[in-house]
Amino acid sequence: MSLQVDIKKRWKGFSLQVRFETGEGLLGILGASGCGKSMTLKSIAGIVTPDEGRILLNGRTLFDSEKKINLKPRDRKVGYLFQDYALFPNMTVRQNISCAVRGKDKERMAEEQIQNFQLEGLEDQYPHQLSGGQKQRTALARMMANEPEALLLDEPFSALDYYLKEQLQVQMLDFLKDCKKDMILVTHNRDEVYRLCGDLLIMDGGEKIRMGPTKEIFRYPGCVAAARLTGCKNFSRARKLDDTHVEALDWGIVLTAGKQVPDAVSSVGIRAHYFIACQDDSRENTFPAELVETVESPFEMNVVIRKKGMPGHDRREQIWWKMAKEKWAGMEGKVPEFLRVSPEDVLLLTDRP
Amino acid sequence: MDYSPIWISVKTASLTIVIVFFIGLAAAKLVAGLKNEKIKMVLDGIFTLPLVLPPTVAGFFLLYLFGIRRPIGAFFVEYFGVKIAFSWGATVLAAVVISFPLMYRSARGALEQVDENLIFAARTLGFSEWRIFWKVMFPAALPGIAGGGILAFARGLGEFGATAMIAGNIAGKTRTLPLAVYSAVAAGDMDTAYKYVMIILLVSFLVVVLMNYFTAKERTYGKRGKKA
Repeated sequence: MSLQVDIKKRWKGFSLQVRFETGEGLLGILGASGCGKSMTLKSIAGIVTPDEGRILLNGRTLFDSEKKINLKPRDRKVGYLFQDYALFPNMTVRQNISCAVRGKDKERMAEEQIQNFQLEGLEDQYPHQLSGGQKQRTALARMMANEPEALLLDEPFSALDYYLKEQLQVQMLDFLKDCKKDMILVTHNRDEVYRLCGDLLIMDGGEKIRMGPTKEIFRYPGCVAAARLTGCKNFSRARKLDDTHVEALDWGIVLTAGKQVPDAVSSVGIRAHYFIACQDDSRENTFPAELVETVESPFEMNVVIRKKGMPGHDRREQIWWKMAKEKWAGMEGKVPEFLRVSPEDVLLLTDRP
Repeated sequence: MDYSPIWISVKTASLTIVIVFFIGLAAAKLVAGLKNEKIKMVLDGIFTLPLVLPPTVAGFFLLYLFGIRRPIGAFFVEYFGVKIAFSWGATVLAAVVISFPLMYRSARGALEQVDENLIFAARTLGFSEWRIFWKVMFPAALPGIAGGGILAFARGLGEFGATAMIAGNIAGKTRTLPLAVYSAVAAGDMDTAYKYVMIILLVSFLVVVLMNYFTAKERTYGKRGKKA
């Protein structure tokens, strides 16, 4: 089971160049909008044609610019779940599903998928009568009825209301866990990839910048763009001092790192949840803090601080510290004297991957 | 009162709409699917021309092409023994040419507005292009296509200028309702003119109501309780 992709495409001031191979399970592609992640997916499905390169699915060539092979989308056996689900509005749930069956036994296959995706009772409804979650299940059922060899999921949760998302992510995980096909999920949402995908590919500006096990990439993003996409809020330009020390220039702090500092280090990042309040500066990576402002979210408090004594005319010296509201209330609205960060929570980052 | 104009008009408009529906739809599909913007603009210009030309000018061109001594007209006479100009067929020809742009433009607009993802989805699901057109695009664009068809029908029914040029105004043969109104008034027979006018008024009103029913109302599937 594998999907090998190595493609290039240029158009209107943008170029896409990406190369990867999938392993077992669901691969997440994370990137900001316009980074080329949807274009990659559309190239695999055959909806757009790359300028050059190759796409192989389980040893079968879908596209090869040198051998002049370019299979039509209908011959690729690749399922595509669209962001808006693209259900045919003039067909009922049952018709939407049965029209995708390739073999003869359309009704039986459709019935099977209706049961798999818990659509009983909705068979004769039209798409506009369905809820967001029901539409998603219908689209999944339609895709599976087509018996694809690989599944491509293009931002499947972004059209849903916030409160539905998490519930449907769990449901999706349930449907897909027994599925032994190559699967790719494209999203700009770090929570989705963290929850759903064992492996992760990060794209930026039309290129692959990181690929590996999801948890490892979140732990060690490696470059600024990857750290930003995995949700890191705080960045400072940095200078290497020695193998374990780095100076955060914007924050005016010298930090001890948990890993060997690479020569190419240009920035450090610290996730907003990873600060620890303390009373004295007896331990490493501790600095005196002062409050700049607070920004309230429904369940969290964003406390914007800087190192005490910084001039305060540059936004880059500000550090965001996120915590549960109760915790902030427990501190009675005062920033503790000192803040500390564990050496292993200091992200050592380079400009380019 | 001579009832023949009613019969001739109904025959003409009915045959016209059948022809215009299919060639208008085919032209719309062709132009909507074109990738080259320049070819698209030129074709669109040609297909729309009969709408912006004065009908008498369109009729003049038809006469120029289909007159019995003219290239196409002579060809028909020679090989099929059919005279097109000043026959009932010419009323259909005039109505087809004049009402074609309305069908073409409505259908094209409707087809171009079909959600691209529906077409892509159909392709990945293994649909042939022919099946995509009839099962996905056509139903999705149906309100616009039907609206265009009704407009084209109404325009064909009311066609005067081009008909007068190529088909003439022969009583019982090519005299349609609009020509009958003109002839009655020219002859000073206002009573007959009133009657013809009332008939046209009634039919036109019906057409507008029908069109509103098809287009203005968002015809969503499921509310009618039957499949398309």
